[in-house]
Amino acid sequence: MSTPSPIAVKVENVVKSFANGDSRTFALKGASLEARFGELLMIVGPSGCGKTTLLSVICGTLKFEEGDVAVFGQELRAMRNGDITRFRRENIGFIFQQFNLIPTLTAVENVSIPLILKGVSTAQAEKHACEVLEKVGLADKYKSYPSQLSGGQQQRVAISRALVHDPRLIICDEPTASLDSTSGHKTLELLQESAVRPDRCVIIVTHDSRIYEFADRIVQMDDGRVVGQFDDPSQLSHA
Amino acid sequence: MFRIALKMLFRDRAKYAMLVCGLAFCSLLMCQQSSVFCGLMTWTTATVRNIGAPVWVVDAKVEQANEIIPMRQIEVDRVRGIPGVAWAVPLYIGIEQARLTDGSFQNIQLVGLDTGTLTGRPMDMRAGRIEDLRLPNAVVVDQVAVEKFRRKGIKIELGTTFEINDKEARVVGICHVSRSFLGQPYVYTTFDRAMEYAKPSRKMLGYVLTAPIPGVSNEELAKRISSLPGLRAIAKDQFFWDTIRWYIRNTGIPISFGTVVILGVIVGIAIAGQTFYLFVHDNLRFLAAFKAMGAPNSTLAGMVLLQAFSVGFIGYGIGVGLASWFGNTVLAKEQPPFFMPWQVPVFVAGVIVFICAFSALIGLTKVMRLEPAVVFR
Repeated sequence: MSTPSPIAVKVENVVKSFANGDSRTFALKGASLEARFGELLMIVGPSGCGKTTLLSVICGTLKFEEGDVAVFGQELRAMRNGDITRFRRENIGFIFQQFNLIPTLTAVENVSIPLILKGVSTAQAEKHACEVLEKVGLADKYKSYPSQLSGGQQQRVAISRALVHDPRLIICDEPTASLDSTSGHKTLELLQESAVRPDRCVIIVTHDSRIYEFADRIVQMDDGRVVGQFDDPSQLSHA
Repeated sequence: MFRIALKMLFRDRAKYAMLVCGLAFCSLLMCQQSSVFCGLMTWTTATVRNIGAPVWVVDAKVEQANEIIPMRQIEVDRVRGIPGVAWAVPLYIGIEQARLTDGSFQNIQLVGLDTGTLTGRPMDMRAGRIEDLRLPNAVVVDQVAVEKFRRKGIKIELGTTFEINDKEARVVGICHVSRSFLGQPYVYTTFDRAMEYAKPSRKMLGYVLTAPIPGVSNEELAKRISSLPGLRAIAKDQFFWDTIRWYIRNTGIPISFGTVVILGVIVGIAIAGQTFYLFVHDNLRFLAAFKAMGAPNSTLAGMVLLQAFSVGFIGYGIGVGLASWFGNTVLAKEQPPFFMPWQVPVFVAGVIVFICAFSALIGLTKVMRLEPAVVFR
């Protein structure tokens, strides 16, 4: 029996609500989960169940009211805003649903942003960005603007941007939502191939059941809570 | 990230062009109108600058240089009697009618210089000699006379004759001096001959020009002369500013030009502020992505400020450049008046900085309040 990998992200009984006029709407009602190093974890569930809120809480872009979130052993609640910002810059790579590539920047310029934010010189950052783009098969698209790329290519640029600064946690929000089935499949293949490493944790929020097969583990959410965990994607379909 | 910010700005060509054009237009409008205003104000002081005497003595009721209340010629002697006066000479300035050889008339500003010393003579002679004014019926005309006469088909050159109040005047020189506010040509002659040309009156002395002896300041001398009943003495610089202030207070010129300048500021704020707001608003999602990726607020604020001040700097450069080109073009023709003291571009730069700061502030408030979590929505 193999020893389980160390825990990368630990979420315990997190409560998060949003003001809605005079009342409050609870998006998370005591959600708890663990994500381990070397693991590709998918958070699934119906729309409005709190998946994206949980993702935002994990990466420190959203404050929560109750519970604890520890990323690589660091309690987010205890960190100041500036420290959380620095923590994200150093440790987290993002892949967004709408890609969020800057339309006025070329592929290589988009990819180099996380490195520039870390203080790497523009020349060095772009050089490294070119290498990463080459690895994802976009060697001939360095100078292309997002509008000149297909959806799949744009997502590959977004993956390159998430990986370029070698973060320990990759956060993906609906990475296949804007892609067709083939491109979505290829994107997950690429993500599995290039992002999953023993010293890294990948968390994907999705409700695209076609990509469940890529998960090492799946966490199912409903109504602001984690309602199930599955090591085998096929278990989910029977659940 | 600042390089990234500039690329985001420059490559959004439509908004970039709109921002630069708005600020350039605003700078041009403010700079050009302010310079024309300053030019017009310098025209009002043409007499003071052309004559250049250290101290001017006028009737006690005179408020500005173009207002002539004739005095008796004896006032010259009264001034000469004041301790500290190095010299004092009479000056005649009056509007007369010149009759040209084709029978047409032209209003002129006749300047009668002290016959002995020719004090207040034009410094820039383009043809002839100023000393020839002592010849019979001699006059020296300025470049405006040459231009105005030429429009009537009369070419002015040395030896050309015309009449002033039915008396012959012969051109012995052509000079270049600052144009008068009313645009009438300056015609120089001696004080004695000016008395002959002008319609006779009991009081014909326009000004007494004087200067202090060494050790006495212009202001001190002016103070001493002003103690004489019925006279007011003013140092050259004060007369210059008194004249400008009088026109600012008593004419609609500042309101007219000020309105256009304010319009320029409003246009600048409206166009630049609104376009920059749209620019920031359109990029808000990407700025949120930067924030999520770990860009601190200070970096994002720096990016927005850099973008705002870059377009401001470029727009200002183009606007002031165009205003200078306009000025250079019109200076050759001397119309409309144009004078751009250093204070004008500094003032315009200040307004542009304000507009940019205002525009950036609108964008910054959105950026500072931005929740990085919006990138997941």
